[in-house]
Amino acid sequence: MHEMGIVLHLAKTLDETAAEHQLTAIGKVVLQVGEVSGIMTDLFTDCWEYFKGRHPVLKDSTLVIEPIPAVTWCDSCKRTYETVRYGKECPYCHSGETWLLRGNECVIKEIEAE
Amino acid sequence: MKLLKLDACVTASNDRDADALRAKTKACGTLLINVMSSPGAGKTTLLSALIRALPQLDIAVMEADIESDVDAKAIEALGARAVQVHTSGMCHMDAGMTTAAFDAIDGPPPDLAFLENVGNLICPAEFDTGAGKNLMILSVPEGDDKPLKYPLMFRESDALVISKLDARPYFDFDLDACMARARKLNPAVRIFPVSAKTGEGMEALVQWLLAETAAWKEA
Repeated sequence: MHEMGIVLHLAKTLDETAAEHQLTAIGKVVLQVGEVSGIMTDLFTDCWEYFKGRHPVLKDSTLVIEPIPAVTWCDSCKRTYETVRYGKECPYCHSGETWLLRGNECVIKEIEAE
Repeated sequence: MKLLKLDACVTASNDRDADALRAKTKACGTLLINVMSSPGAGKTTLLSALIRALPQLDIAVMEADIESDVDAKAIEALGARAVQVHTSGMCHMDAGMTTAAFDAIDGPPPDLAFLENVGNLICPAEFDTGAGKNLMILSVPEGDDKPLKYPLMFRESDALVISKLDARPYFDFDLDACMARARKLNPAVRIFPVSAKTGEGMEALVQWLLAETAAWKEA
């Protein structure tokens, strides 16, 4: 259940943002979630629906999750490939010298608020 | 309604709490070490052996568990100060919870404080607790392939303790392969293969802790 911990921090970060910008209500929260961030989006949304009621500024908000596809870079053949499909080993040259380029994010992209 | 572009990390509030705790422990001269491993890797056994091996340091232990206080009692029996933290179902400690636990240590600030994180190889690595150093334990029975399966924790750790070395005859654990896999993820990681039970390899770890504790007070 690390989704619960992340939702608690998201709510806290948004509360702080609201105080900083003197916002009274947040309408939409756009979250970018990487394909290999380890976050289960269904579970995350359920936790959000439960916790947003505890924060007056968030109670009428909607959460929009934008997935970010995971891409791996191969240091040996200098190509990129889909992480989820091929994993750690490069499908072109079979090297293990590969690094995740993106797909591990969990970022608050933007919010709509008044 | 107006649109605010944030591009903020979801855990930004935690990262701020973590930096505040690091500044606080720096000011009071306490090196806080976040100890992470799966359940049963031997966190309490290793910490007990370290407390016995480091009588010159004042040590406190914060025990984070979902339930029970068996680990805190074992630590107190050795004469070290212990704080039991219940995470109420949460699978990891965050910086706010760690700060509360640190503040609950009775008496003057210790030289060294261990946070015994919840037994779990995934979530604890995702949250900065505010510790000065991260130490991970991987035990021989868990297998040498764990760096491949749980890369994040290996990347986040300053030190990797490979524990239960005395169990090697019973398991197909390739120590060299395990160390190479860990170094590939994290070239700077310090690796200490040990057996807390027989004492094998413990001296190197003890020396590292003494040096890091002294460095934390100075710098």
